[in-house]
Amino acid sequence: MIKRIVVGAHYGLKDWIAQRATAAIMMIYSLLMTVVLLIVRPSTFEAWQGVFANGVIKFLTFLFCVSLFYHVWIGVRDIWMDYVKATGLRLTLHVLTVTALVGYTAWAAAILWRL
Amino acid sequence: MAEMTINKKRPVNLDLTTIRLPLSAKVSILHRVSGAGLFICLPLLLWLFGASLTSADSFAVLQSVAASLPVKVILAGLIWAYAHHFCAGIRFLLLDLHVGIEKEAAAKSSAAVFAVSIPLTLALWWGILL
Repeated sequence: MIKRIVVGAHYGLKDWIAQRATAAIMMIYSLLMTVVLLIVRPSTFEAWQGVFANGVIKFLTFLFCVSLFYHVWIGVRDIWMDYVKATGLRLTLHVLTVTALVGYTAWAAAILWRL
Repeated sequence: MAEMTINKKRPVNLDLTTIRLPLSAKVSILHRVSGAGLFICLPLLLWLFGASLTSADSFAVLQSVAASLPVKVILAGLIWAYAHHFCAGIRFLLLDLHVGIEKEAAAKSSAAVFAVSIPLTLALWWGILL
């Protein structure tokens, strides 16, 4: 049994909670969108675009994307920490991962707010 | 300060060819594999999503691209990755809440992950692509 204090500065509790909170948000969004798509059944471009042009869905979709990218950051960082032991390479991969995810966030916003 | 007492001279076996993974370990490693796969394919998914919403023309191009067999196979893989990550994720959240942590219940819930994620993959694949 390892006894340790999990609160305080950077013991990982914040990331642990964030990983689970973002998972819950994405789960709710996935179920909600399944219902929406089953009701609307968009088979044409106009109908498909109409779904995401809706203000509420647009906002929820962006919220999903932000949750996804934060969730991805924690998961991918864990993978680098588990398998990449060389500090310089690991740091490089961390920076590249964050950079890509920040870029994807802007990309997702651009896709949604063109509508 | 953190109190840690770990015996540093524990026996270690990391030979993957001699380790028999129980079902729960397979769920776990596939959770990581599916997550990594989805991460690598994020640019493709964003591009697909963007193209599907840009114009009627790009939407039509996507429809024809998605009709080809290699693309169908890739999309099936991504749908499986999402379905498995989703189902295994629910299992991990329940374990976090101390639901089903007994050996027998945990073995059953690992089997349940596959029992749900594989038919779900087929249903989604059939529903989206056909």
